[in-house]
Amino acid sequence: MNDGHVVIVGAGQGGVQAALSLRQEGHGGAITLIGDEEGLPYQRPPLSKDYLKTGQAERLALRPADYFDRKAINLWTGRRVDGIDRAARRVHVGQDTLTYDRLILATGTRNLIPPIPGIGRAFGLRTLAEAKGLRDALNGTRRIAVIGGGFIGLEVAAVARAGRHEVHVAEAAPRLMSRVLSPQMSERFRAKHEALGTRFHLGNGVTELRDGCIVLASGETIDADLVLLAAGVRPNTELAEAAGLAVDNGVVVDPLLRTSDPEIYALGDCCAFPDPESGNHVRLESVQAATDQARAIARTIVHGAQEPYAKVPWFWSDQADWKLQIAGLADPDATSVTVGEDTVFRFSGNRLCAVETINNAKVHMQARKLLARRPAPAYDDLARCGFDLGRETEKDRV
Amino acid sequence: MIKVTFIEYDGTRTTVEGRNGDSVMSLAAAQGIDGIVAECGGGMMCATCHCYVDDKWFARTGPRSDDEADMLDCAVAEVRQTSRLSCQITLSDALDGLVVHLPETQV
Repeated sequence: MNDGHVVIVGAGQGGVQAALSLRQEGHGGAITLIGDEEGLPYQRPPLSKDYLKTGQAERLALRPADYFDRKAINLWTGRRVDGIDRAARRVHVGQDTLTYDRLILATGTRNLIPPIPGIGRAFGLRTLAEAKGLRDALNGTRRIAVIGGGFIGLEVAAVARAGRHEVHVAEAAPRLMSRVLSPQMSERFRAKHEALGTRFHLGNGVTELRDGCIVLASGETIDADLVLLAAGVRPNTELAEAAGLAVDNGVVVDPLLRTSDPEIYALGDCCAFPDPESGNHVRLESVQAATDQARAIARTIVHGAQEPYAKVPWFWSDQADWKLQIAGLADPDATSVTVGEDTVFRFSGNRLCAVETINNAKVHMQARKLLARRPAPAYDDLARCGFDLGRETEKDRV
Repeated sequence: MIKVTFIEYDGTRTTVEGRNGDSVMSLAAAQGIDGIVAECGGGMMCATCHCYVDDKWFARTGPRSDDEADMLDCAVAEVRQTSRLSCQITLSDALDGLVVHLPETQV
């Protein structure tokens, strides 16, 4: 289909990419991109990194205002989609109704707010407005407590330590970034942050926020002038659910990223798609998944069914002067092999499933190439070449 | 202000003005130049802001760093001697008039 109206719900990085890719693929019909935040669509990853340091919001815009006009993309910002009428192929946006030929759900996630007394005192860090609030509050504050030892919490901890704040991080799990990272890498980052002066309370969740302090499960209290809640996110699936689409930890899609209604697609943080390795549905929170899936959907809409979606996932996190890069996807029971100080290979059974590196773009990129091969390299083959991915990737060139 | 000319694969020339300290990538993004994707927003995490520095300017921008070269290994378009990641080129007065060429595709 290269005419017809495509409506995209969600103007984050994935929604914007879907609109741009539709035009690049030659879609000639109308495109409407609807976001619930005010202002131009922007990049989220820098909010907990460069933006927090520099405060330069003007560098975050994904595209300039006139760009959307030039590409004939109707950009509706500060608007919420209230409902989808699948039978009539309509979406309701306040007083307005739009008729669609194809609908793309790119609704993303929202912060998970645990039911802790006083949690309303905590700052969040997901939107630009929240990042501005946090940045202002950090100014002139001394003691920071972070709830959650994941990417966002640790990125903020590193920035706050650089700004000479006193930083405590409380994490209910026994180790840092446990959902995505090997135990060995968790330990490396714990030591790094401790050397920078951050103090950790692991296996010790927060049970209450009071004026001027937080209370831990252990009963200990930590004085804090500012509390950041960074305990993960939940996918925004209410719209899909209300429309009767299949939802299970995200809007469930098939290998072509179609929901249970073939005219409706879902992408990025809000969608659960079949992992080509395991066949299990997974939901990824990353720019890579959002934009690669957006491109795949655009191709399918314009040119018809494509190959099943099978891009190698990758992730990154900047913490002080360490850039953590992860290629691939490891489940929690994947085995780990440490190679040198700053690289961990992860295996699912006998097959390589992920590679974690610190400040090593070369190995990271080699891993991305290798993991794109199916099947992925076997442990024995990698062990035979001393886990030198360069020697493995050479085979591609022959 | 520092002038930079982007020449896209189809020959489209766009000249825009940036400030000292901007990267060539951020300038391209701010101006909506199509041939620069810049997926990671300048984190040197992808190779989707690949450009070819015009031969006349290559001596002034200088060559790529080792880390940049590692990322460029995964660029989709052909890597040439003048290939750079545009997020790693910082504008300065010495680069006023810079010309960069963009590859056919970034992803």
